[in-house]
Amino acid sequence: MSVHLNDLDRSMRDGDLGEATRFAMSVVVRTAGAVEASDLISVEQAHVDACALMSESNLEFVRRLVEQGGRVRVPTTLNMVSLDLEHWEELGVPREFADRATRIAKSYRELGCVPTWTCAPYQGYLSPRFGQQIAWGESNAVVYANSVLGARTNRYPDFLDVCAAITGRVPNAGLHRTENRRGELVVRVPETSKASWSSPSAWAVLGHAIGELAGERIPVIVGLPRPAMGEQLKALGAAAASSGSVEMFHAVGITPEAPDLETALHGAKDAEELDLTREMLAGTWDRMSSAAEGEKLDAVILGCPHFSYAEFEALAAEISALGPGRVRPDVQFLVLSDSPSLALASRGGLIEGIREFGATIALDTCPFHSPIVTERASAVMTNSGKCAYYAPAELGASVALGTMRDCVRSAVTGVVTREETPWNGP
Amino acid sequence: MERTVSGRAVVPGEATGIVLRSRRTISLWGGVDPETGRIIDPRHDRCGASLAGRVFVYPGEKGSSTGSAVLLELARRRLAPAALVTGSLAPVATLGSIVAEELYGVAVPVVLVARDDLDLLKDGDYVCVGPDGIVRHG
Repeated sequence: MSVHLNDLDRSMRDGDLGEATRFAMSVVVRTAGAVEASDLISVEQAHVDACALMSESNLEFVRRLVEQGGRVRVPTTLNMVSLDLEHWEELGVPREFADRATRIAKSYRELGCVPTWTCAPYQGYLSPRFGQQIAWGESNAVVYANSVLGARTNRYPDFLDVCAAITGRVPNAGLHRTENRRGELVVRVPETSKASWSSPSAWAVLGHAIGELAGERIPVIVGLPRPAMGEQLKALGAAAASSGSVEMFHAVGITPEAPDLETALHGAKDAEELDLTREMLAGTWDRMSSAAEGEKLDAVILGCPHFSYAEFEALAAEISALGPGRVRPDVQFLVLSDSPSLALASRGGLIEGIREFGATIALDTCPFHSPIVTERASAVMTNSGKCAYYAPAELGASVALGTMRDCVRSAVTGVVTREETPWNGP
Repeated sequence: MERTVSGRAVVPGEATGIVLRSRRTISLWGGVDPETGRIIDPRHDRCGASLAGRVFVYPGEKGSSTGSAVLLELARRRLAPAALVTGSLAPVATLGSIVAEELYGVAVPVVLVARDDLDLLKDGDYVCVGPDGIVRHG
């Protein structure tokens, strides 16, 4: 089956708009063939993840596009890079690594991308609109855009995101099409006291469990408390996109394409249904940690995905509730964020106390892409389901999932201690 | 009799190699070391095995969209798998394969087969992948 191309598509493919555009269109058209799309559609913005991995091939890929005169055709934001562009030296990133990572970053700016450098583009510049066709990379951003904002994107792999930005065209397939946004698996969450839901970690556990159960299917979650905060949905989606391949979820009464169950299912009556129990979620909570209670703690990682203003606010509140305690000198306390959220938090007077507590705030980057986590880390603690999922392979460390409060308290004692267990408690 | 598995050539190409069979989905980023080709996800059933030169047979992918960059780096280092045979569409690996061919001329054919047919390909089998999407033993 061949892919139908319009006149502009063909002239891009034939090289009339330059070599970089020809290359990008060739990748888009081949991908359309691979997914059996009948034609291409236009996207109105892109979010590029391809800048994330510091590798020689990534640099060669983007340098080739820049040297051939490549330029994005639609507004394009950038995912994190492999270093904090301003503070890498203080964070202990070796100069040779920094030089190459900076060249990747600079090259993407040369393509005309907006230097947002964040894995949470939905909390800043160019947030997409409901129903808008977009081409986003970064799995947690994709699930948030589709589910919470109601914009339409597939999980664009690295490089296809760049090619979509340069051509403004993508295969007409997957979640761009209304019929593919139908909920396929109904997941009922257990009735529980409101307190269990107050921590985003509880939502991360739910997301992890749903990711494992749903695989590639679109889950429809029934029974979540309202109102749900953006940070809670962010934690849920990021975890579900790590343990599984979830690119979109519906939450009945919360997400915009799910005012009720019937609408979320597009009227289908035969969707599989599944009841999650407290016991199942307590089991998931346990399995997400590999570090034992009482183990010596080397690092705490918060801000995966990047910390929002509200998360800075929550952290500042936990620190002030703690009284005089500070992070033990042999524990690293890392908070990852993006520049708009940090700027707001500074103006909100939240940052001074967080720094005095002993936290290091890094912008633009990710602890799995940048050598900023202490090399001696054998046990790390986080409140993020996504971080808990990737830390064992990426850092070679055991991981403890805990609430933000327990992360703060454990950093002070230097020992993994979890008093709050959202799914085991009463 | 020659045993064959017929699939769809998602990225058409020819390859031969020894099957590395996995029963679990994988995120190439976070799951595979881009510098060595080894599977590093401790939850994965083939953790420790290397993809380099193998026909990797697996049910599908999950997780990060950076997996395509991992496959491209493996191609640059000549450590890419010989071919990928998946039980569900794997867009991230597919894209990595397309770019590896465009940028480095390294072909990593991708074949989509019915999930039940994955079991016809056993770990250690020597197989040939054809541009028609047919995987032949021998």
